[in-house]
Amino acid sequence: MLSKPIIDFFNELGSISKFGFRFFREAFVPRYEFKEMIRQCYFVGYKSLPLVGLTAFIMGLVITIQSRPTLVEFGAEDWLPKMVSVSLIREITPVIAALICAGKIGSSMGAELGSMKVTEQIDAMEVSGTNPYKYLVVTRVVATTLMIPLLVLLGDAISLYGGYLGCNIKGDISWQLYWNQVFETLTFGDIIPAVLKTFFFGYAIGVIGCYKGYHSSKGTEGVGQSANSAVVISSIMIFVIDLVAVQIIDLLNLT
Amino acid sequence: MEIKENIFTNDEIVISIKDLNKSFGKNHVLRDFNLQLKRGESIAVIGKSGSGKSVLIKCIIGLIYPEKGSINVLGQEVTELDHKDLDRLRVKVAFLFQSNALYDSMTVRENLEFPLRRHWVSTTKQEVDELVMEALANVGLAHTIDMMPIELSGGMRKRIALARTLIMKPDIILYDEPTTGLDPITSREISNLMVDIQKKYNTSSIIISHDLSCIKITANKIVMLIEGKNYAEGTYNVLSTSNDVKVKNFYI
Repeated sequence: MLSKPIIDFFNELGSISKFGFRFFREAFVPRYEFKEMIRQCYFVGYKSLPLVGLTAFIMGLVITIQSRPTLVEFGAEDWLPKMVSVSLIREITPVIAALICAGKIGSSMGAELGSMKVTEQIDAMEVSGTNPYKYLVVTRVVATTLMIPLLVLLGDAISLYGGYLGCNIKGDISWQLYWNQVFETLTFGDIIPAVLKTFFFGYAIGVIGCYKGYHSSKGTEGVGQSANSAVVISSIMIFVIDLVAVQIIDLLNLT
Repeated sequence: MEIKENIFTNDEIVISIKDLNKSFGKNHVLRDFNLQLKRGESIAVIGKSGSGKSVLIKCIIGLIYPEKGSINVLGQEVTELDHKDLDRLRVKVAFLFQSNALYDSMTVRENLEFPLRRHWVSTTKQEVDELVMEALANVGLAHTIDMMPIELSGGMRKRIALARTLIMKPDIILYDEPTTGLDPITSREISNLMVDIQKKYNTSSIIISHDLSCIKITANKIVMLIEGKNYAEGTYNVLSTSNDVKVKNFYI
């Protein structure tokens, strides 16, 4: 006999999946909400860039500084740009950027839609001849699915720049040599799978954030819980997707 | 703007509800509920909190689907309509939400324009502006057109919400607790506004409320919803003199 929390967990998982699959039914049939989609892309992409950029820069800098002593011990200091760039591009920047977005965007979607739900704005939209799923959910999920890969690409560049500064704090490497070493090491097999998985990160963040807001229970406490659980579940999903993506990349021998 | 001359009720039935049943889990909120609303008439539905009053009007507008029963609105069976037909019907049936449901991220103007634009009403920019100004003038808040809902008081937000329900020039308005949370003076102003609107546009309305002073001003008839059924019906004065204990409880 399964206990209630386990049954609730699978019920929730089923509901989120159903909610997420509905996106594919609604997204490709008119009416298209382009104006709202552009607005959401602006909020998700442009407004998150400073935070993602700062985090990526610090990650690049810190990873480089912390990796140096180990490489020096083995006399492999010259390999620092190569090792750092592979780590940053393949794993660290995509996952950190996605986690930052899960925190910032997931919580804001959970809270915004949750508060719209409890103040009956979603019902008001429906009686005003609008499909609220299309207007609120499809636009946000499209925005996160498209913008998070873009943020990750920008984050990649910024983190590599952080890596360059990190290399020069105790060492001395020219701008030209650093980038030569980075691009000698990196292949499309490093960049493309890492960027492809971020589309799934973005989709998961959008769907979970919207689901939690859309199904928020009554009251302000419910809105807070929606925002909170949107972040927790999105973050866990990012790690699960990452785990699956790494296995697939490894199986297909893409790296 | 065309003002309807006839402000009196006639025998045309605009809403007919028969044997309506709705439950949430084990909570059976509506049991064989019946109601008929004539053109130009205002019916107040009163009952305890959680008795299913809001569920009733959400069933009428198609936001909630009943398990059993018939809801005929302006000659159309709501439960059998597809999404497009339901949207068309919603042009003629407006809903004033208890929490006003104004969109926080939009200005007053955008809030009012939203139903016009979404219902595919073919109007030019100038016509839209005129309709918005007329709706705002009806509630006496033309100066708030570029303000955000957060900048308005509770009473003003209610008036703006009322203006938004009017913008499509509906035949029927469903009011969900229109005076809840307002002070007695503002509550009276809103009630008078509801009467003015009904006279001006000859709308029919169903008013869900606990506020007897509002009901006294606005409703031609009261339906008392107890245990999911229409327990008693009549005018304010008839019910206020009833000897039935459950009816009397509402008038204390």
